[in-house]
Amino acid sequence: MTTLASVAPTTSAPPVAEPPARFRDLLASEWIKVRSLRSTPWTIALTTLFVIGSSAVAALADYKHIAEAGPATRQPHDFLPFDAYTPAGYMTLMLVACSIGAITVVSEYSSGLIRTTMVAVPARGAVVLAKAVVTAALWTAVGTAISLGSFLVSQAILNGQHAGVPLTHPGVLRALVASALLAPVCALVGLGLGVWIRHSAATMVTSVFTLLMLPTLFSQSERWSADINHTMVVAAWKRLVQNWGPSPDAHMFTATVPGSWIVYALWPLIAVTLAVAVVRHRDV
Amino acid sequence: MIEVNELTKRYGSKTAVDHLSFTVRPGQVTGFLGPNGAGKTTTLRMILGLDAPTGGAATVSGVPFRSHPRGLRHVGALLDANQVHGGRSAAAHLSALARSNGIPLRRVDEVLQEVGLAEAASRRIGGFSLGMKQRLGIATALLGDPPVLMFDEPVNGMDPEGVLWVRRLFRRLAAEGRTVFLSSHLMSEMESTADQLVVIGRGRLIAAESVPDFAARSTRLSVVVGTPRAAELAAVLTAAGASVEVEGSAGTERLAVTGLPADRIGELAFENRITLHELTTRTASLEEAFMELTADSVEYLAGQPR
Repeated sequence: MTTLASVAPTTSAPPVAEPPARFRDLLASEWIKVRSLRSTPWTIALTTLFVIGSSAVAALADYKHIAEAGPATRQPHDFLPFDAYTPAGYMTLMLVACSIGAITVVSEYSSGLIRTTMVAVPARGAVVLAKAVVTAALWTAVGTAISLGSFLVSQAILNGQHAGVPLTHPGVLRALVASALLAPVCALVGLGLGVWIRHSAATMVTSVFTLLMLPTLFSQSERWSADINHTMVVAAWKRLVQNWGPSPDAHMFTATVPGSWIVYALWPLIAVTLAVAVVRHRDV
Repeated sequence: MIEVNELTKRYGSKTAVDHLSFTVRPGQVTGFLGPNGAGKTTTLRMILGLDAPTGGAATVSGVPFRSHPRGLRHVGALLDANQVHGGRSAAAHLSALARSNGIPLRRVDEVLQEVGLAEAASRRIGGFSLGMKQRLGIATALLGDPPVLMFDEPVNGMDPEGVLWVRRLFRRLAAEGRTVFLSSHLMSEMESTADQLVVIGRGRLIAAESVPDFAARSTRLSVVVGTPRAAELAAVLTAAGASVEVEGSAGTERLAVTGLPADRIGELAFENRITLHELTTRTASLEEAFMELTADSVEYLAGQPR
């Protein structure tokens, strides 16, 4: 055969020079995948604008109320947590984060890329773990920027009526951290469900239902119902952002702060653990 | 070296792969043939550890593939050229794979050059033709410079130039001492590329042998005879125990004779003073041998009460 050796002759080197399998190579690989999709920066930019915008709108509404109430009500103001962290804005963030978390795996399943990935890295559990770490890191960074932005924008607006508070005000830091971590918690839940379900539409419906719709089915007026409600991510976020304790006369059961942090930790932990377990044993 | 031993895969009551055993040796191109649904892709997936076998085992270079934490330096595989993310560029796709295996990124440029995609490196894969995706898949397989390569239907969607290129590439990879395992339903492709064949039907092994041995299995080894006195000769040959088929239109017809060798036909024609214009032994094509053997296997299986 007259074939000429083309540009890069692939000499048959036995696989002796193989470097050790390092987890950080997998992290770098997953980061390339995230970075190389055009949709990633767009989604993040639009989400950031929307969430911070919703804080600005809420703060402006309270700015008007305070202005209309007149100088008589002027007193040292407390932190207005739901002006900085609006439920509408942060539930949207939950929606986006869990969807993008799910897409990191579901897009590989739907295109079949997952097979190429698993042939390159037969240690499947490590692949899922690397995806989880990259997703968590990305959304922690995005969540922190959004949370800090929400706070600064809302307080700057409220400062017009001398109603803003500094970062060091009691309760602010907890609200800020809880809101920053909301995004990675939801992204990891979406990722775990994505590995479990594998189909795009079914994963989206399930994750949105679980994170956003399911909590509304359980009221806080009955003990058992409140107990279930308090295990939900959105309830934990509200409790951690809220800077007042349970009122003694209300017929409501209020979640505890440590309990809410545990809810924050358990959801992603269980989702990722199940994902790693299931991906090892199932045919790809 | 790929060794498959009593490999079995059942999906519910359906048996996709049934006690399959064969060996694929280095330094040769081995073709993997079977009609649609024969279990080729399932077998390749089990060799690659993507699907767990119901029974039996497959090893690559002596160990199960899944025992490697990273795979690209051990086996290069192209299962389906569409198994890529259309939103990424070819370079990003290969970079992510190279990085996961600790392969230096200059290797990405090398393999893109080698498959002729250097110009398209920064273009999104979504805009690639199937032939270009096949080239990208081959680039993926070559990335880790592995001793074992597996390709599932690699020439689908390629233009004639691409087919020629890929054929030479496979020959060269085998000449370098690598194990090249190639599934295809294009028999003609195998005839010009493969040294060895593994043929399966309904998940079972039909043949594992060299290409000439396989072609020789066909019982339809026939002799083509051209003569102006076709009807007369046909009668003589039939009387001698051959079966004769008339091919072509009246006046230019030829006889396709099975059951008698060419020298015997020549003697009979001479004895009967019949002029011959042509006497050609037609070796069965791989295609014919394949059709015949898989048809047998299908009939055999369908006739079996299960």
